[in-house]
Amino acid sequence: MTLDPTYVLALYVAAVVLFILSLRFMSDVKTSRWGGRSAALGMAIGVAATLAAYQIQRVDLLIGAILIGFVVGTPIALRVATTALPQRTAVSQAFGSLAVALVGAAEFYDYHTTANTFTLSVLSAEMILGFLTFAGSCIAFAKLQELIPGRPFVYPGKNFVSIAILLVAAAIGVFLVAEPSQTFALPVMAVFALLFGFLLVMGIGGADMPTVIAILNAYTGMSAAALGFVLNNKLLIVAGSLDGSSGFVLALIMSQAMNRSFTNVLFGGVGAKVVKAEGGAAAAQARPVQSLSAGDVATILENARSVVIVPGYGMAVAQAQHTIKEVSDLLQEKGVDVKYGIHPVAGRMPGHMNVLLAEANVPYDQLWEMEKINPIFPETDVVIVVGANDVTNPAARTKPDSPLYGMPIMNVDKAKTVIFIKRSMSPGFSGSDNELFYLPNTWMVFGDAKKVLSDLVAALKAS
Amino acid sequence: MILELAVNATVTTGAPTAIAYTSQDLVTNLLVFVMATFLGVELIRHVTRLLHTPLMALTNAISSVSMIAALIVMSETTDQTLLILATAGVALASTNIISGFILVERIVRLFKSKPKGKPAK
Repeated sequence: MTLDPTYVLALYVAAVVLFILSLRFMSDVKTSRWGGRSAALGMAIGVAATLAAYQIQRVDLLIGAILIGFVVGTPIALRVATTALPQRTAVSQAFGSLAVALVGAAEFYDYHTTANTFTLSVLSAEMILGFLTFAGSCIAFAKLQELIPGRPFVYPGKNFVSIAILLVAAAIGVFLVAEPSQTFALPVMAVFALLFGFLLVMGIGGADMPTVIAILNAYTGMSAAALGFVLNNKLLIVAGSLDGSSGFVLALIMSQAMNRSFTNVLFGGVGAKVVKAEGGAAAAQARPVQSLSAGDVATILENARSVVIVPGYGMAVAQAQHTIKEVSDLLQEKGVDVKYGIHPVAGRMPGHMNVLLAEANVPYDQLWEMEKINPIFPETDVVIVVGANDVTNPAARTKPDSPLYGMPIMNVDKAKTVIFIKRSMSPGFSGSDNELFYLPNTWMVFGDAKKVLSDLVAALKAS
Repeated sequence: MILELAVNATVTTGAPTAIAYTSQDLVTNLLVFVMATFLGVELIRHVTRLLHTPLMALTNAISSVSMIAALIVMSETTDQTLLILATAGVALASTNIISGFILVERIVRLFKSKPKGKPAK
């Protein structure tokens, strides 16, 4: 006996409400614990209703598949380090998009004799999207995990070749819609879609990963929504479009924070800019900078009343977040006001810096967004920049010929004193030399972020 | 244009599809899609930037409702190859769902407000 379709729909409505509520709960840290829980409940209801409505004969396969989900999924979720969250997100997008691509293929084989033009068109588009997202996510993972170099892979005519490959995949898709019985074309289309996804993400640099991850997230959602159209299943459509719009909104926030368009992130020549700017950066090394030792920094900090710490991806690389927390604890004990200023694209995925600092037990009310912290800098005594570079470069405001010009930055140069912890004078991802280094109120502290901060902790304790 | 094409195809050919699907269903689905997208944009805009990382884990898990599509294929097909494809789909999607929700819970728990009188070393 199967469940009446009306009840199934009613249960789907409950699942949709829970999904919407779960996103609503994420608007505030205080309610966020209910975010995951309500969505999980919605998912359980949706899956249970589906199982009740459609009788699955091969229960053995079903149980086996779900068991695999538990055995593989649980350790991933429990063991992944917070620094590796971007990689984990890429893997999960790879899984999700491969799942929709495979199911799309299964549906195509299943329905190709009876389905109408619309269903076949949606299936073709969905498979192209699914396979290209799968390949793209795999490359994003390899880049984030540093299995392959993070710099963009560029060659003459790169965009022309990529778009030609996508057009071939689309042409095969159209052919499959016109001649659905020619199923041999399906794997060929899949290969071209995979190739396009591979080349697309190979051509994108490590610093653009927050945007790429968000766009791939959107694609996974869109292909899930497409499956909903094929199966006339509204739960799939709603959940897929919620995920799709989430990915696009995040990608938009990320690209705006870098002052670049989607197309510029996906097809732009950031790699070319790096090569061009290297000469300039080398020439600029002769310009004088002022540097200090960790001991001197301790004296400056002790005499400050307000300190803002600006962390970047370099902090995560040096695993310095716990040491930063120690510095800020010691300063707070001495009555210094400490805040953290977080640029939207700091880190390798949206919100990454916040998670790293939260894990180091920094209370979230000390984490300030760029728009809120920028007006405070003129009244700030000392800013400590750790592992961030381009997002503090005043050239973004003042030099129209800089590749960074127009990008919203942390206005740390307005603070009374800037302490910049950095290994060397090398430029950031954009390849531009940081004007901040040469300002009279900037003091450089050269060395590994964790080492410098540990010395600082020792100096603060000694005094 | 796609919409027009599709509606015509359903109306004129009236081909018996495996999924009972009328042009009216199609329009309703488009409505659902458009409204859910707009709602999604509004909801995500109001998500605090602090939580963008757990948000991505959450939406990733939610989008794995595609598991439902895999379950439907599993129930309808007897073909060995298709059964394998659909089972793989269920395995991949359920991995995402399970790891996604556990991870959201884990990350969200990291965020704490004021220090509770924790003595610094």
